[in-house]
Amino acid sequence: MTSVHLRTHNRHSIRTLLPGCICVLALLTLLAPLPASAEYGDVVINKRAEKAGMRPVIFPHWFHRIRFRCRVCHTEVGFEMRAGSNDILMDDIINGRFCGRCHNNKIAWGPQNCQLCHSGLPGLKSGVRGGTTTGGPSRW
Amino acid sequence: MRRRLAKLLLASCIGLLFTACSEPPTRSAPTGGQVFAPDGPGKWLPIMADGLHDPTGPGAKQLQNPAEALFYLPSAFSGNKVRWVEAIQEGYIEPRPSIVDDNYEMMVLDLDVIRTRTGELPMVLFPHRKHTEWLECSNCHEWLFKSKRGGTRFGMFDVLSGEYCGRCHGAVAFPLVECTYCHSVRRSDLKKPVTELEMHK
Repeated sequence: MTSVHLRTHNRHSIRTLLPGCICVLALLTLLAPLPASAEYGDVVINKRAEKAGMRPVIFPHWFHRIRFRCRVCHTEVGFEMRAGSNDILMDDIINGRFCGRCHNNKIAWGPQNCQLCHSGLPGLKSGVRGGTTTGGPSRW
Repeated sequence: MRRRLAKLLLASCIGLLFTACSEPPTRSAPTGGQVFAPDGPGKWLPIMADGLHDPTGPGAKQLQNPAEALFYLPSAFSGNKVRWVEAIQEGYIEPRPSIVDDNYEMMVLDLDVIRTRTGELPMVLFPHRKHTEWLECSNCHEWLFKSKRGGTRFGMFDVLSGEYCGRCHGAVAFPLVECTYCHSVRRSDLKKPVTELEMHK
């Protein structure tokens, strides 16, 4: 008697669980392949770095916006608000333009600390990273 | 009973899924424990394990981890997990407004704009105040947004494509998954129908 009862109980619970399990599996397959990615707003700058034999540059927005308001870089320094539209040469930086406006050993550490900026994994493509980015149509 | 059991199992599965997702990848090993963050190391990935920095390079281990800097700021669920505007307004951070002029003061404009053509969604409230605490007028005007009321026509597709609001929102400012941050004014809350509205507080 008890065994019969148990069997029906099991069958019912499996039936009730099935949709749930399917949902969880679907979620898993959707979310599992997401790789761990950068902090929100990190920018990979690799137009020239790797061709010149250096690691790609990782620019962390979060680090800079604790210390500076947006206008400092996007008005005073002159960075356009679009990844890829600023043509940054190392020569410019050393001569005090772009990053070099602050990274000059006065406001921040100078351009002799290559490894602090050129710290990215080889092979990274330029662009804004960190999860929910708008990379353009169909890349959302 | 069975239903409760099923719910419990489902909940635990989802819970397990989220913990699995928030865990840093295996490559992370050494830094996870070194990060001082009361909110737990799952919230921000350590530099050495963010899939962006090269853990074998000389620079990565010298850089500050996001958790060290961000854990004490007002927290959010998305983006940097930080409510940046509140962080400034409540004095948690005081980012420099200029590197040229030490006495520079931000020109804060207290003017709300309501964008009314939002279809079925609540209307969009654009608060100048929150934006001008970070940016200056010329960062958005006139090249991207016209100052004239209703002068700039764009849709959600443009924003999702990284244009207009999407220049920052979805890249550095809070991401576009937070629909209600912008779509925050219900039509029924306004006494009379409007086309495009500006409100001085």
